[in-house]
Amino acid sequence: MAASPHTLSSRLLTGWGGGCIWYLERRATRQSPRRFLHLLRNVSQQRVTFQHFNFLRRMYVTQLNRSLKQQIKPKPEPTESPFLEKTSLDEAKAEICEMRPLVPPSLPLSRKPSEKALIELEPASVTEGSIALGRETKEEKQWKEMKLRADDLPGILARLSKIKLTALVVSTTSAGFALAPVPFDWSCFLLTFVGTGLASCAANSINQFFEVPFDSNMNRTKNRPLVRGQISPLLAVSFATGCAVPGVALLTWGVNPLTGALGLFNIFLYTCCYTPLKRVSIANTWVGAVVGAIPPVMGWTAATGSLDAGACLLGGILYSWQFPHFNALSWGLREDYSRGGYCMMSVTHPALCRRVALRHCLALLAMCAAAPALDVTTWTFPVIALPINLYISYLGFRFYRDADRKSSRKLFFCSLWHLPLLLLLMLTCKRRVGEEGAGAPRS
Amino acid sequence: MASRRPARRLVLTAFCRAFSGRGCQLAPERGAERRDAASSRVSRFCPPRKSRHDWIGPPDKYSNLRPIHFYIPENESPLEQKLRELRQETQEWNQQFWADQNLTFHKEKEEFVRLRLKAKGLDLRTESGQKATLNAEEMADFYKEFLSKNFQKHMYYNRDWYKRNFAITFFMGKVALERIWNKLRPKQKTSS
Repeated sequence: MAASPHTLSSRLLTGWGGGCIWYLERRATRQSPRRFLHLLRNVSQQRVTFQHFNFLRRMYVTQLNRSLKQQIKPKPEPTESPFLEKTSLDEAKAEICEMRPLVPPSLPLSRKPSEKALIELEPASVTEGSIALGRETKEEKQWKEMKLRADDLPGILARLSKIKLTALVVSTTSAGFALAPVPFDWSCFLLTFVGTGLASCAANSINQFFEVPFDSNMNRTKNRPLVRGQISPLLAVSFATGCAVPGVALLTWGVNPLTGALGLFNIFLYTCCYTPLKRVSIANTWVGAVVGAIPPVMGWTAATGSLDAGACLLGGILYSWQFPHFNALSWGLREDYSRGGYCMMSVTHPALCRRVALRHCLALLAMCAAAPALDVTTWTFPVIALPINLYISYLGFRFYRDADRKSSRKLFFCSLWHLPLLLLLMLTCKRRVGEEGAGAPRS
Repeated sequence: MASRRPARRLVLTAFCRAFSGRGCQLAPERGAERRDAASSRVSRFCPPRKSRHDWIGPPDKYSNLRPIHFYIPENESPLEQKLRELRQETQEWNQQFWADQNLTFHKEKEEFVRLRLKAKGLDLRTESGQKATLNAEEMADFYKEFLSKNFQKHMYYNRDWYKRNFAITFFMGKVALERIWNKLRPKQKTSS
């Protein structure tokens, strides 16, 4: 999956590039022969600039290609064949080094006799040379100026703050807020929403700041802004600070200190505990599960101002959900984790990985049954949530037993729709304020 | 115009030479191929003359890291030079580590697959002529072994990477403050 877009784009580029160059050359000779001849004259006077040399080198490549009727090979997959590519490129590299110091006007002339000899003796190395030249020009086009443009900034910051993940985090916080047994307060809700969103952006940015070389080496994360150099580390840290300070301040003084403290603690847990721990011990998964569990607790405490049983239950449900979600995801990334030096259960303790995933699927069932007992929802909730909980437990069991990519993917994709649906069902079955609960009757 | 062009070209070629030279100096103990892998891509690229920014290239095929070609301004302050040198050195250090890591991984993976296939009594190529591979579950043993073998190496790398990353960001902050201060100072002089 990761290989195909790369090779496809390079194939398109060579076809398009070759065609473009040919077209431009013909246009140059036809429409502005004076300019073209002027270029040649300049070149013959040995006042060669980089642009002139590039232009002529490109012309040489297209002429050579046309004469040999050679199709430029697409760039091979970097992780798979660096060795194979290297041996053929070594010859080509030697040729490029020879060609560079030569004065360009004599280049086509002096190369011709040697070229013919090369063609007779070793057609491979010459074509490799032209391929390498074509590749080199293409590579040069891939170099980007590290200049930050104002209209690119919002997109870059959105990717830096992992805006989709932030949206999910904020939606779990909103669910926690809505499930709290107090009248819904819109202003408090908005402050919580914005504050949690900012805190999440800050945490995600710092995480990316720490992980640049590791992200470069994994297919899933190699297009992040810091990896691509679209933003400097200083700007990333400044952005994170610029989100964390107002976010936590908003939660502490706009909502309540408990929520602010939880927000600050979560940022610390994610950036200073989870991120470094990923490379040290498998305990990172449990820490990460706590990080995922705190946002709905924050929503609850924002509404009620206290950390009660309902908040803990909601946190517990999110905590347990993290395991089937993450363990299933990590099953398919074992090679990347191993090469990158990440300590994950799926690599070091595969049996534990599957056991834990199943265990927490069953824990979800139990916690949903406990929800009405704690007056969070009515008794309808565990009943209507039973099918989806049984289904995810079944997939967890299949993953535990089969331990293959297919079962891990099924479990992962199920977890993606399971959580939003579960939260929605909880909301619809919320115990209304004033209703008689299963606990002590209100009189 | 005519006099400026050859002078600039000299500066550029000298700069490119200094670049590749530095790469060689910092890594004498590594093999030639690693040195080439580290410095060749960066030293071959020359940005347009009128650009006043750094340039970042495509991911290196060994390390998957993107090399940066640092811009040296004419009036570079000592602090800016220190930052640039730190970034350059970190880039080369990172390049070496990851190129080595990825190459080792692939070599050991190939070796593992070869041995396993041999143990199973299978050929290295299937009937269709494609390279025979092991499935993910069989490879899992290799991944676990490779990770535990390189654990200590990663610990040292992590510690160094965090130190360097903080240092670079801290110096970037200092340079930014210095630039702001320099911009404000002439204004103060003219106003006083």
